[in-house]
Amino acid sequence: MARNVNFDLNHPLVEAGLESPIDEEGVHDSFSQLIAEQSQNGGPSEAFELQQLQRDLDEEGRDDVGYLSSPGHEFRGSRQVRRDMEWEDDETQTDPLIGERWSSATMKVLSSMPSRTIGRSRGAIISQYYNRTMQLRRRRQSRPAIRDFSRSARPSIRGYGMEADSIDAEGTEVSKRERLVNNLQNLSVSDRVRMLRAMPLSVAEKSDLRMLALQKEKRTLSSSKLPCCSRLKYYIIIAARQSWYSWLSFLHSLQLWQVALKRVSGRFGTGVLSYFLFLKTLLFFNIFLFLVTGAFLVLPQAVHPPVLPAERNFSGLELLTGAGYFSDTVMYYGYYCNYTLHKSCRDDVGGQNVSVSNGTRLDCVSKHHSYNMPLAYFFTIGVAFFITCIILVYSMSKSFGQSFRIDNSHSILAIKVFCSWDFKVIKKTSVRLMSENIGTQLKELLAEVNHKNVKNTACQKLWRLLVHGLAWAICIASTAACVTAIYYFSDHMHQNLQQRSRSTIKDPLLFEASLLALPVMVSLINLLLPGLFNLAAWMEDYESPSVRTYVAIGRNLLLKVCVLGVLCYHWLGRVAADPASIKLKCWESFVGQELYRFLLMEFIFTLLDTLFGEFLWRLFSERVLKRRRKPVFDIARNVLELIYGQTLAWLGVLFTPLLPAVQIIKLLLLFYIKKSSVMMNCQAPRKPYRVSQMTTIFITLLCFPSFLGASVCVTYTMWSITPSSSCGPFRELKTMFQAGKRWVEELEKDNPNLSLLARAHAYLVENPLFLFLGAGIFLIVIYFHSQVVDGQRKIINLLQEQIENEGEDKKFLITRLQSIHEQKRTPARRLTSQDSGC
Amino acid sequence: MGTTASQLGKDLLSEYQVSAQNAHKRFTELLTKDEKDLPNTRVSMERVLTLPELKSNPFRKRICYVFSTSEQKDGSLTFEDFLDLLSAFSDSATLEIKSHYAFRIFDFDDDGTLDCGDLEKLVNCLTGETDETRLTTEEMRQLINNILEESDIDKDGTVNLSEFQHVISRSPDFVSSFKIVL
Repeated sequence: MARNVNFDLNHPLVEAGLESPIDEEGVHDSFSQLIAEQSQNGGPSEAFELQQLQRDLDEEGRDDVGYLSSPGHEFRGSRQVRRDMEWEDDETQTDPLIGERWSSATMKVLSSMPSRTIGRSRGAIISQYYNRTMQLRRRRQSRPAIRDFSRSARPSIRGYGMEADSIDAEGTEVSKRERLVNNLQNLSVSDRVRMLRAMPLSVAEKSDLRMLALQKEKRTLSSSKLPCCSRLKYYIIIAARQSWYSWLSFLHSLQLWQVALKRVSGRFGTGVLSYFLFLKTLLFFNIFLFLVTGAFLVLPQAVHPPVLPAERNFSGLELLTGAGYFSDTVMYYGYYCNYTLHKSCRDDVGGQNVSVSNGTRLDCVSKHHSYNMPLAYFFTIGVAFFITCIILVYSMSKSFGQSFRIDNSHSILAIKVFCSWDFKVIKKTSVRLMSENIGTQLKELLAEVNHKNVKNTACQKLWRLLVHGLAWAICIASTAACVTAIYYFSDHMHQNLQQRSRSTIKDPLLFEASLLALPVMVSLINLLLPGLFNLAAWMEDYESPSVRTYVAIGRNLLLKVCVLGVLCYHWLGRVAADPASIKLKCWESFVGQELYRFLLMEFIFTLLDTLFGEFLWRLFSERVLKRRRKPVFDIARNVLELIYGQTLAWLGVLFTPLLPAVQIIKLLLLFYIKKSSVMMNCQAPRKPYRVSQMTTIFITLLCFPSFLGASVCVTYTMWSITPSSSCGPFRELKTMFQAGKRWVEELEKDNPNLSLLARAHAYLVENPLFLFLGAGIFLIVIYFHSQVVDGQRKIINLLQEQIENEGEDKKFLITRLQSIHEQKRTPARRLTSQDSGC
Repeated sequence: MGTTASQLGKDLLSEYQVSAQNAHKRFTELLTKDEKDLPNTRVSMERVLTLPELKSNPFRKRICYVFSTSEQKDGSLTFEDFLDLLSAFSDSATLEIKSHYAFRIFDFDDDGTLDCGDLEKLVNCLTGETDETRLTTEEMRQLINNILEESDIDKDGTVNLSEFQHVISRSPDFVSSFKIVL
C-alpha cells in the first residue's frame, strides 16, 4: 500500500495528540498512513503517560539543535557503519530512541509507531491476522485452470481468484474485520480452525468471528451450487471435530492423579513433575501391553486350561521368587499349549489332549471356535512390540521437535529472564526458593557472559585432564569389576544348580530362595555404584551443570547396559543353550521366573533407597548436620531406574505374559511412595534443569538402549534359540519363528494363489538386504534435512542483519524529522523573542 | 450466576478446552451470596488474588490487569475474563498466544514495548523481595544491557512484541512453564 509520503512542514504534525496503543483508532501499518491520519485529525486527543513527556514539555524550549544534528550528520549515508563504532562517541546517550533530548512531538510520534502498537490493540491483531490469512489463501489456492479465464494476451494477470472477492472490489469503507471474516470463510475448515486457535483475542471475540465466518459460509453454501461431496466432507469434518472434543473432555474427566500431580508441581515445579509424568507414560505402555497379551494369550488359555501334573501348595515365598505355585500357572510360558484350541472338543476329548503332542487338527474340528495358540503367541508378541516401537518413535520425534532449537546459544540471558518463571509453582516457600534460584543463576550467568574466562595455564589444563581421566578410570574400572563379578557369580550359581539337580532336592523352598541371590546382588550394585559415580563427579568439579548431568547419565547408563548384557548372556547363552544340565524341563519358564525376581528385587531396593536415601538422610542432615536444606531429588537417577525396570519388563514379556501386570502394580505403588517421599523429604534441584531437553533425552533412552535392546534379545530368542521340547507353545519346532513360517506354508498349501505372497514374505523377512536398503534411504533423508537446517540458520542471520539496517534507517528518519521540526520552530522563536524584547 | 457453563454453548467450550465446570465452581466460590444471583458479576482484584494459584505469584497483579475488561482498568474480572485467563494459561494455548500474553504481562507501563524500566521491574519480580537475592544496581545495568544486546534486533533500545516472540521461540521450556492448572 504505497502512498506518497508528504513531508510538508506545514502539516500540524507536531501538534497532534498522542494515542494510547490500546485505542482502537490508533492502529497503523505504515508511516504514511499515520502521517495522513495525523494531518486529518489535527486536534489533540487524550494524553498518554510517558515519564519523559512531562519533562519534555518543560524542556520544550531547550532543544539543542546542534547536539541533535551531529548524530544525524553521522547517519547520513553511513548505513554500513557498525553499531559499536557509532555509539562509542555517544556514550552518554544510552537509548537512541527514548533519550531525553527528544521533543514531546517526537515522543508522541515514537509512541504511536506500528512496531509499538502491534500486538497491543485488537485492531492491530485483526490487521496482522488479515495479512496472514491472505498469505495463507494465496498459498493454498491452486493455480486456476487456463480454460476458466478469457483469452488474455498476458498470462501474468491471471490471478489466483482473489479478484473474485466481491468485498475487496467494492471499496475502502469495509473494515479490516469484515475482510478478515471474508478471508476466514475462504479458507478450508482445518486452516480456519487453526487460525482461530492461534489468534490472541478474547474468546468472546473469537466466537464472534467464527459465527460470522460460518454464517457467511452457510449463506454461500446454500446459494452456490457446491458439489455434494465437499459438503459431505464439511459435515464429516465437523462431526469428527465434535467427537474428538467430547473424547478429550472424557479423557480430562478421568483425571488420573491430576490432584497429586498438581500438588507436586505446585511445590517443586516442572522438573520434578517430569519424573512423575514419565512414570505415567510408562504406566500407559504397560497397560497397553497387558491388555494385548491378556486378551489374546492369557484369556484364551485360561479358559482352556491344559491338564498338568500335580499342583503345588501355595506358600508365601512365591510372591518373592515367582516359582513354586506360580510356575505352573498361566503366568509363565510353560503353561501354554502348542495346539489349536477348540471349544467344542473339550468335553469330548478331555484327558486325551495331553497325549496329542503334535496334533494340529482333531477329528471334531469346528471352524468357528478354533484358536491357533502357537501362532497367536508368536503374532501377539510380535505385534505388541511393533506397536510399542511405533508409539515410542512417534513420541520421541514429537518431543525432539518440541525441544530442538536451531540457535540456542545466543540469547542465554534473555531466555533466562523471559522464560524461567514457572507459573505452576504455588506454594509460598517454593516461590521464594525459585526466586532465590533464579537470582543466583542470573548472577552466575552474568559473570560467565561478561567476564572472559581466565585462561588456564598448561599446567592447570594438564591437571584437569588428569583428574578427569582418573575419575573416568575409576568409573569404568568399577563397572568392569562389577560386571565380571556378576559373570562369575552367575556361573557359580549355574554350577551350583547343576550340582543340586544331580542330587535330590531336600528342601525345595530353600532351593528356590537361594535363587534370589543373583537378583539381590545385581540390585545392590545398581544402588551403590551410582553413589560412587557421584563421588567421582564431585571430585572432578565440573563448571557447567548440564555437562555434569550428561556425564552422570552416561556413566549410569553404561553400568546398566553392561549389567543387562551379562545377564542376557547368562540366560540365553548358558541356561537356554543347555537346559538339560540343570534338569530344566522348561528353560523359558525359568528365565521368566528370573526376570520376575529381578523386577521384584529392583522394586524392593528402590523402596529401601527411598527410605534410607531420602527419609533417613533428611533426618540425619537436619538433626546431626544441622543443615537447613533438605536433600535434593535426583531426577536423572530416578528416571534411569524406571527405564531399567521397563527394560526388564520388555525382556520378560515373551517368557511371562503376565509380567506387564506385575509392572503395572509396581508402578502404581511406586507413584504413591515416591510422591509422599518427595513431599516430605526433598526439595527441588537448585541447578537449572532444562525440562524439555531432559524429557527428550529420557524418551530417547527409553527407545534406543532400552526398547531396542529388549527387542533385539527377543528377536534373537525367537530366531535362533531352540525352544524347549516339552513345554510351551513352540514345543517341537526348531525355532519359535517356525510357527509363522509353518502357517504361511499351510496357507500356501490350502490356497496355491497365495504362493506369491508366501515367497515375498520369505524373501523380505529373511533377506538382510532389505534392512540395509531401508537404513541407507533413512540416512540420506536425514542428511538432506540437516542441510536444510543449515540453510535456515544462514537465512536467520541474514534477516537479522537486514532488520538492524532497517532500524538504522528509522533512527535516521526520526533525527531528520526532529531537526526539521527544530528548524521550523527556531525562526518562530526568534520572532517571538524579538516581539517580547521590544 | 448469569453465565453458567452450560449457557456458553458447545462451541465455546471446545474453544476454551479447559474444564469450564471446574472453573465455574472455583469462580463462584469467590462470590458472595447476593452476587451469585446477578448476571455477569465482576469480581474485584483483591478477591481474585485470594485464589491459591495466584496468591504467591509475583506477576499476579499484572495478570489481573491484562485479562480485565473493565473500563476503570482496576483489574476486576468477570467469569468470561477468568475463562480467558485459564485458556491462555492452559495446555492447549499455542506458543503464539502464550507469548502474546506474556509480553503484555511483562509490559509494566503498558506502552507496547519492554523498555529498561519494564525489564528492571521484571527482574526484580523474578528475584524476589529480599535484599540478598536482588541484583545490585551495577549488575542490573549489565543484565539489561546484555538482554537488549541479545534480543533487540532493530536496535531501538526496547524489545517489541516480535523481538520478544523471537526470543521465546528459542526456548522450548516456555510453553510448559507458562501454565496454570486449576
